Amino acid sequence: MTGPLLRIEGLGKRFGDRSVFAGVDLEVARGDRIAIIGASGSGKSTLLRCINVLEHADQGRVILGGEPVGEEVRRGERTETRYSEAALVRLRQRVGMVFQQFNLFPHMTVLGNVMEGLVTVKGMGRDAAARQALAELARVGLADKAEAYPAHLSGGQKQRVAIARALAMEPEILLFDEPTSALDPALVGEVLDAIQALAAEGRTMLLVTHEIGFAYHMATRVLFLAEGGIYEQGTPDEVLKNPRRPLTQAFIAGHRRFSF
Amino acid sequence: MSYRWDFAPVLDNWQALAFGAIGTVRLFLVCLVLGLSLGLVVALMRRSRHGVLRWLAIGFIELFRNTPVLVQILWFYFALPMLVPVEISPFGAAILGISLNSAAYSAEIYRAGIQSIEPGQWEAARAIGMTGLQVLRRIVLPQALRRVLPALTNRGIEIFKMTTLASVVAYVELLQQGKLVASLNFNPLEVYTVIGALFFLLLYPLVRATYALERRLARSD
Ligand SMILES: Nc1ncnc2c1ncn2[C@@H]1O[C@H](COP(=O)(O)OP(=O)(O)O)[C@@H](O)[C@H]1O
Ligand SMILES: [Mg+2]
Repeated sequence: MTGPLLRIEGLGKRFGDRSVFAGVDLEVARGDRIAIIGASGSGKSTLLRCINVLEHADQGRVILGGEPVGEEVRRGERTETRYSEAALVRLRQRVGMVFQQFNLFPHMTVLGNVMEGLVTVKGMGRDAAARQALAELARVGLADKAEAYPAHLSGGQKQRVAIARALAMEPEILLFDEPTSALDPALVGEVLDAIQALAAEGRTMLLVTHEIGFAYHMATRVLFLAEGGIYEQGTPDEVLKNPRRPLTQAFIAGHRRFSF
Repeated sequence: MSYRWDFAPVLDNWQALAFGAIGTVRLFLVCLVLGLSLGLVVALMRRSRHGVLRWLAIGFIELFRNTPVLVQILWFYFALPMLVPVEISPFGAAILGISLNSAAYSAEIYRAGIQSIEPGQWEAARAIGMTGLQVLRRIVLPQALRRVLPALTNRGIEIFKMTTLASVVAYVELLQQGKLVASLNFNPLEVYTVIGALFFLLLYPLVRATYALERRLARSD
């Protein structure tokens, strides 16, 4: 396949009469690692969530592997996008997501969490699913916790299980929404290491983060969101070291002050 | 006052009482299964995307929560056959009254349980590609049911006790048989004491069983 793996065209989202962003364009090629930074409330989560349609964009479209996600239907003056359940199921197997609050399934063991999508969504047999889930857990260093319940894990371990759960579906793109923001500082490193290992494999990912240092080393491109859109973008050196526009400069300066 | 307790006439009638106990347990089991499963259906209808289903569910809940079960049983037994050409047994009328009332109450319990599940659970499940139904079945309901198990146990206890209302249409259950025995032997004190004890003996082991279930489900904490 030629062309970008993911293309976003003129994406806009509002809640009530408040616009979060409008006219967002983005192209993501296979192997791109895009860090998304910006102040709280600038729409970073919403942007990620519009990509896997946990949130429905009001304008624009998401094109995955050359095919638009959802179906555009005319409704009077406006066109709106409809998503069939089947289309969403396909999309979400191709686009995995890791949440700030982990959102593990508390009533299932660690292994059960990682197996769930394989069994329920992919229809895999339990034995095969368990083998694959164990392999995913081994990748994040948690094979020995397979039988534990989430309540008995540290935050860092929970997030690594969540990563394994997303990986098990073999997604082409991974979305991370502030994966370390809910963690004790001492536990941030183990999660960043796991993400770094995925980066080293050449996986395509979009990562919302406040870990500016990590973004600098990991990302191939950085987006800074502000004023209802992508305010500035470029290489990590351009955006994080030598930002050109005032809001980016203020944001980076503020973060540098706190990241000794 | 010194009353001489005499349980002999009660014991002499043990067959009648056993018959009643069977009637009670039979009515209880049917109403428990019907009431609690219909309640889940109504709770799911209540959060449906379709307005018609939602309003049907709300109408059902309010109708049956706000009328006495006794009236419902009498209505199904005496009034319904006058409206539609059906014949309804005392058992049938009691099942309808008790089950529908229990469905209305338990629907609200299920709804509270489902609503108490964090949105993040839905999102995480959808994010790995599960359909709405799969999320409900695999992720949300197992957690919600666990949370509302104590409330459902209370419902179950209520259902058990509501079975006595079926005596109003002469359904053969414990209380009905007790009344019979007491009126034959003029010994209400002994009879109703025994009836009360029998209810306790039947119900308490069931309640203990749900405690054990709660503990078993708590192993993931
Ligand atoms: N479900 C929602 N309903 C209403 N407003 C929302 C909702 N989700 C997000 N918002 C608003 O949209 C804006 C962007 O939110 P978000 O994408 O979460 O920002 P960020 O992740 O950058 O902190 C914020 O002003 C937030 O209050
Ligand atoms: Mg956010």
